[in-house]
Amino acid sequence: MSDAPATLLDLKDVNVFYGAIHALRGVSLEVRQGEVVTLIGANGAGKTTTLAAICGLLKPRSGEIRYGGESIVGAAAHTLVGRGLVMAPEGRGIFPALTVQENLLLGAYSRRDKPGIARDLQRGFDIFPRLAERRSQKGGTLSGGEQQMLAIARALMAQPRLLLLDEPSLGLAPLVVQTIFATVDAINREGVTILLVEQNAHVALKHSHRAYVLESGQIQFSGASAALRNDPRVKAAYLGEGT
Amino acid sequence: MLPLLETSDLATRLLQQCANGVAKGSVYALVAVGYTRVYGVLQLINFAHSDVYMLGAYFSYYPAKWLGYMPEGAEKPKVPFYVLGLAFLFAVSACAATGMLIERLAYRPLRNASRLSALITAIGVSILLQNVGQMVFGADPKSFPRYMDQESVALGPIAVADTSLVIIVVAAAMVGALHLFVQRTRTGAAMRACSHDMRTAGLMGVNVNATVSLTFALGSAMAAVGGMLIAMDQPRLTPTMGLLAGLKAFVAAVLGGIGSIPGAALGGLLLGVAESMVGAWNTTYADAVAFVVLVVVLLVKPSGILGKSGREKV
Repeated sequence: MSDAPATLLDLKDVNVFYGAIHALRGVSLEVRQGEVVTLIGANGAGKTTTLAAICGLLKPRSGEIRYGGESIVGAAAHTLVGRGLVMAPEGRGIFPALTVQENLLLGAYSRRDKPGIARDLQRGFDIFPRLAERRSQKGGTLSGGEQQMLAIARALMAQPRLLLLDEPSLGLAPLVVQTIFATVDAINREGVTILLVEQNAHVALKHSHRAYVLESGQIQFSGASAALRNDPRVKAAYLGEGT
Repeated sequence: MLPLLETSDLATRLLQQCANGVAKGSVYALVAVGYTRVYGVLQLINFAHSDVYMLGAYFSYYPAKWLGYMPEGAEKPKVPFYVLGLAFLFAVSACAATGMLIERLAYRPLRNASRLSALITAIGVSILLQNVGQMVFGADPKSFPRYMDQESVALGPIAVADTSLVIIVVAAAMVGALHLFVQRTRTGAAMRACSHDMRTAGLMGVNVNATVSLTFALGSAMAAVGGMLIAMDQPRLTPTMGLLAGLKAFVAAVLGGIGSIPGAALGGLLLGVAESMVGAWNTTYADAVAFVVLVVVLLVKPSGILGKSGREKV
């Protein structure tokens, strides 16, 4: 336990308001180097808000967010990408009028190393051969599953240290969900730390090391994912197995 | 533009009007690309754009006037080409800076406000610029110095003024270059990404504010070129000259499909030609053409000729 990996992301008592609505109530969580950590919870629990606060889309009213030891509260989203904090947003955020390849290259927008970008583009096509077939097609013509593949491949183009994935299973067929999560595992094995937000607690707990459960803007409990899968509270509320 | 040639041949006359219309339409196209890019990114009709066009005319007029010379025995001053180049650079950079300043001061604070607030602000900025223009430049019309012999060049059966040829060539080159920039470069891709979804563009590492500034700078630079070309061709500069030209350019952008650069170019040319045709028949109706076109487009195909209708599925 003494040689636990360093903390990469650390949230301490983060409060976020939308006008008068108190959306995050003192959220604290940490993600250590090399982990897959998942944040599960019902619709409206504050999962996406948490990610938005981390990646600079929202400014918390109070609390501390540290990434790699440095405070990133108030840093603009675009400045964090170059530091390896990369988000694949909910709803996938594909640019419909841009081709698959243009979408991927935008992912590498903050990079200048042309050979490296070309190599990572090829790697993205190797991971998702479907994207290679459709590289000059417009993003808007892809199916939901293909768009999710594109969103993940595009996030990888930024060479993330910490990858934030927001609802990657949303609206996808079970078989496609499996493909996506197999890739998530593979990306993590290559050394990318992942913070995964999911409504599908089943899949999320299977593909993560630790989990936090968020309810009404508060962390209710947390623990090792394997343990939480057998936790009666999780079973009842999120896995649909009444006790 | 040029008066009709003395010919009874209808086809020749139509062709002649086409040529005049293309020259006119090229200027509309230059101004229309600015409307279309800004609308594409901010969903804002930047009414102040037409006044940036007016500023472009004045910003090119003053260097040309101060650096021009009076040829022996001539009635009007003349400017050598290098002065035109300087005037061009000055007008383009001053207007680009003005466009960025307008965005920074007037529109950015309203980025998240309702679109109506931004629209009203745009009208306010437009009125402000016209009045500042009257204070600084004076309300009396100014006349751009001569730079060419203003002779016509015979192209087959028709004659085109040399100044019109300059307009067509310069406008085509500028609009083409802008289109290539937006379609082929990394920064252009960032602009297109911002016009779809600024938030996600930011998540890609795109500096959204800088991209919006650049959009205004480029659009304003194009308007400056349009202003300078029209000042050189029809030397009558007034602080309100942007009003009608701006409205017509806006119609051109809507006609071609707002958001699209090729659409703006096409819309500008079509509108210019239509105006010339109607003007040949009855000059008093020429200015009305644009507004008839606007009404018809909005009724029949609001997305314009090259515009996409609706949003694609996400």
